[in-house]
Amino acid sequence: MATTHSRSAARLMISPAVLLLLAWMIIPLAMTLYFSTLRYNLLMPGMEEFIGFDNYRYFLTDPAFYAAFQNTLLLVVGVLLITVIGGVLLALLLDQEFWGQGIVRILAIAPFFVMPTVSALVWKNMFMNPVNGLFAHIAKGLGLQPYDFLAHAPLFSIVLMVSWTWLPFATLILLTALQSLDREQIEAAEMDGAGAFSRFFYIVVPHLSRAATVVVLIETIFLLSVFAEILVTTNGGPGYASTNITYLVYAQSLLQFDVGGGAAGGIVAVVLANIVAIFLMRMIGKNLDA
Amino acid sequence: MGSITLKQVTKAFGPKEVIPPLDLDIHDGEFVVFVGPSGCGKSTLLRLIAGLEDVTSGSIVIDGKEATDAAPAKRGLAMVFQSYALYPHMSVRKNIAFPLKMAKLSQAEIDAKVENAARILNLADYIDRRPGQLSGGQRQRVAIGRAIVREPAAFLFDEPLSNLDAALRVTMRQEISELHQSLATTMIYVTHDQVEAMTMADKIVVLHDGYIEQVGAPLELYERPRNMFVAGFIGSPKMNFVEGPEAAKHDAHTIGIRPEHLTISTESGSWEGKVGLAEHLGSDTFLKVDCGPLGEMTVRVVGELGVKAGQTVWLTPDPSKLHRFDGKGLSIF
Repeated sequence: MATTHSRSAARLMISPAVLLLLAWMIIPLAMTLYFSTLRYNLLMPGMEEFIGFDNYRYFLTDPAFYAAFQNTLLLVVGVLLITVIGGVLLALLLDQEFWGQGIVRILAIAPFFVMPTVSALVWKNMFMNPVNGLFAHIAKGLGLQPYDFLAHAPLFSIVLMVSWTWLPFATLILLTALQSLDREQIEAAEMDGAGAFSRFFYIVVPHLSRAATVVVLIETIFLLSVFAEILVTTNGGPGYASTNITYLVYAQSLLQFDVGGGAAGGIVAVVLANIVAIFLMRMIGKNLDA
Repeated sequence: MGSITLKQVTKAFGPKEVIPPLDLDIHDGEFVVFVGPSGCGKSTLLRLIAGLEDVTSGSIVIDGKEATDAAPAKRGLAMVFQSYALYPHMSVRKNIAFPLKMAKLSQAEIDAKVENAARILNLADYIDRRPGQLSGGQRQRVAIGRAIVREPAAFLFDEPLSNLDAALRVTMRQEISELHQSLATTMIYVTHDQVEAMTMADKIVVLHDGYIEQVGAPLELYERPRNMFVAGFIGSPKMNFVEGPEAAKHDAHTIGIRPEHLTISTESGSWEGKVGLAEHLGSDTFLKVDCGPLGEMTVRVVGELGVKAGQTVWLTPDPSKLHRFDGKGLSIF
């Protein structure tokens, strides 16, 4: 099968796709790198000049950067915790036999198909609005002061919205993992005297660890770039309370018209994402080895 | 210590009754084998005893105590599963220690018992490996190790050797028999392989469609089968059955004769036939002989016999080893 001839033919045939993908990635990256070294402000067209690493210096020493960095971490970790733990619990529930199982499973996956802008607006206007929102009505019904989520706990509100979108994904992956657990292992543990909690922690959790690793890796990639939810709800505010690095890059380039600074921020974000990826792979990637 | 009594036990899955009312006594220290073709309810019966399935009606008494509704862990039984059901993320040591850990024994006691089990089963060399790194026979030993550390009232084996190759199966068969001799604990063993049943059991329970066809010692079943099902199931190759006038000569509806109780001759005998297929095992040869109206007969010949396919031969049954059955398939003694 894998003769020299067939291998070189394979390389030849795959090369257009590889070249296209490379160009797709290399050209924007190269242009971003180039812009990040320019004083490039849309308010001063035609006055671009090379300024070395000044853009990076400004971006990294900006107090907004540290706030955004912290918010990014809180957002990623918060959503991961909620989706993995909640996903395991929901998967355990959905794994039980009950009437209407098929429909419930489809309903459970539904939030994943709602686009982020829509879900964020629904949360903002129908649930968290301090005057007309459902939560405000409930609070008023109980005689409490309605809580203005987006003003007083903006980051937490965004964590909730993003978790709502990603919980079905985690649930689905963990549910399939749960269904692949050998029934005889559970029965053996039952014979060995393990109660329901022991069975869960000693047999089910280790079995789910590989699926949970996949969930964490995939979600981290997407959670580092959360943007739409922030744009349509808090606009990164109040102050920088709900600005993450992605949103900061947007604000730098398109609200302050500083393309050079935005490009530098983008490169910083890429470097940070890669550091996170390396740490993640080191820490939990070994779970993926068979 | 490890006596088990089933009284009028039944099991139904929905409207389908898989075990009709069934009574069975298993004495302390006995090696009992449930044997039968697949789908006869033998595994279900074992799972009922283990408590992994609820009985539909009837009662189970283990060790003199009512255990019908007791949780599996409370019955004091240990089970070895067909797939071994080892915990893949734990080392061999942790696998064996798991039931002890669940019983909340002290670490020193756990270590001592695990060491002891490892010594009995020769597991010491791979005690820190994971199940995935072990061969089938080694996994089998670990599964047995996990069962013996609990010092149960009885062991339950659910077709434990069916995933092993033929040579290993013979070895493990002996090891399990030796284990039974040294531990002297009740063992219940489920298999579809009548060779395993014959070689290991003190008592064989032959099941068919959920009914107990016969209970008895291996040789008792071989020599005095109660009906045609047991006669055909126990013994390899299968017993030959003959109906019609030949059976009527012996005042029976059907007569049965085992392949090893037929003598073959190229010159004369009672039944004439043509040699068909031959299976040469070296020590024995199994010949299929087409006896015309009597049907096809299997004959066991010790060593080799110089006959060719299509050759005419004569078969003579040993009259003292002839089994007679009435119209309902029951034995006439």
